Amino acid sequence: MNSVRREFLKGLWDEHPTFRLLIGMCPTLAVTTAAANGLAMGLATTFVLVCSSVMISLMKNLIPKKVRIPCYIIIVATFVTIADMVLAANFPELHKVLGLFIPLIVVNCIILGRAEAYASKMPVFYSFIDALGMGLGITWGLTFLGVVREFLGMGTVFGAQILPATATSWVIFILPPGAFFTLGIVVGAMNQINYALARRKRERATGSITAHQAVQG
Amino acid sequence: MGELALIFIGSVLVNNFVLVRFLGICPFLGVSKELDTALGMGMATTFVLVLSGAATWLVQTYILTPFGMPFLQNVAFILIIASLVQLVEMFLQKTSPGLYRALGIFLPLITTNCAVLGLAILVSQKGYTLIQTIVFALGTGVGFTLALAMMAGIREQLQFADIPKALQGAGIALITAGLMSMAFMGFSGLIAM
Repeated sequence: MNSVRREFLKGLWDEHPTFRLLIGMCPTLAVTTAAANGLAMGLATTFVLVCSSVMISLMKNLIPKKVRIPCYIIIVATFVTIADMVLAANFPELHKVLGLFIPLIVVNCIILGRAEAYASKMPVFYSFIDALGMGLGITWGLTFLGVVREFLGMGTVFGAQILPATATSWVIFILPPGAFFTLGIVVGAMNQINYALARRKRERATGSITAHQAVQG
Repeated sequence: MGELALIFIGSVLVNNFVLVRFLGICPFLGVSKELDTALGMGMATTFVLVLSGAATWLVQTYILTPFGMPFLQNVAFILIIASLVQLVEMFLQKTSPGLYRALGIFLPLITTNCAVLGLAILVSQKGYTLIQTIVFALGTGVGFTLALAMMAGIREQLQFADIPKALQGAGIALITAGLMSMAFMGFSGLIAM
């Protein structure tokens, strides 16, 4: 049970695809102009990631090693087409905003990366958990970036006015440069938090050793 | 002719794939540490972009549209790109080993470069002709190479700068890209797209 939890949680922080591994950057930067767009893109990516990881894990013994990458791509492309069509039929406006980046989930490195590094070797249940963790990691990452950029750029969060309408908003944050700035600063902040966590852990470890020595002495 | 020039300039500067459209960010951050490799990657990508742009245009126009199979677009395009990259790799290995050694390691990476698939889909959305597609692909490749080379030049200098530890590597690269993207916004009034 413990290992299942670890497999699930690693995608949410330690191996966070967007902020730690920096893969799948294109949709991350392009669609996070608003919180809702980031959330939608995250969920679409999660759907494709979970379905294709499970499918690849189920078929791992059938697929010959030499042609595995094309096989994975076809599986992924099939699920992307499903996501594309469902979004186009049910949420036409959202589909229009996300536009090109829905079909581009096919070439999102996260999906092929998990397929190659994880789903092609592990049992179905673990692949499912791993994909779900990674997918939710992407979803919170994209939503967070969307919230920050929408708040700074338009003074709203999920379309609700937060700052008074008279406040000057920094439009640059919903334009392309803002995407790079926000992500750069978030990556830096996350590193800083991890340094602090590691330091505290080390201090606690050394602290317990000295206490132990004191007891023995 | 004028229209083709507009497409070219538009795709190099105004709608630069990397800095304005956010396509091909992975190689932009991953392969931009040295100028030489950045140029190699840019050239290999341009080459594949032009070939795959033309190939996907032909398949879209003569196979997918007449037979009413636009839903197969994603699957068909990615397969064309993947096999084309493989083919180019084998062809180069046989015919010009020098070029193969220079571009070799980058070629497999290009399959998963979203600029390549993005270009194919954009072209089918815009309804370009074959000539327009080739010019657009060439402009996109040049724009990609330009962004990559500029980034590599800046990052070579950054090695000597005193950067806070948390921002070293990816953080500072992203902020640099933001400043470059801001500079490229200045081109947006150049032509009306």
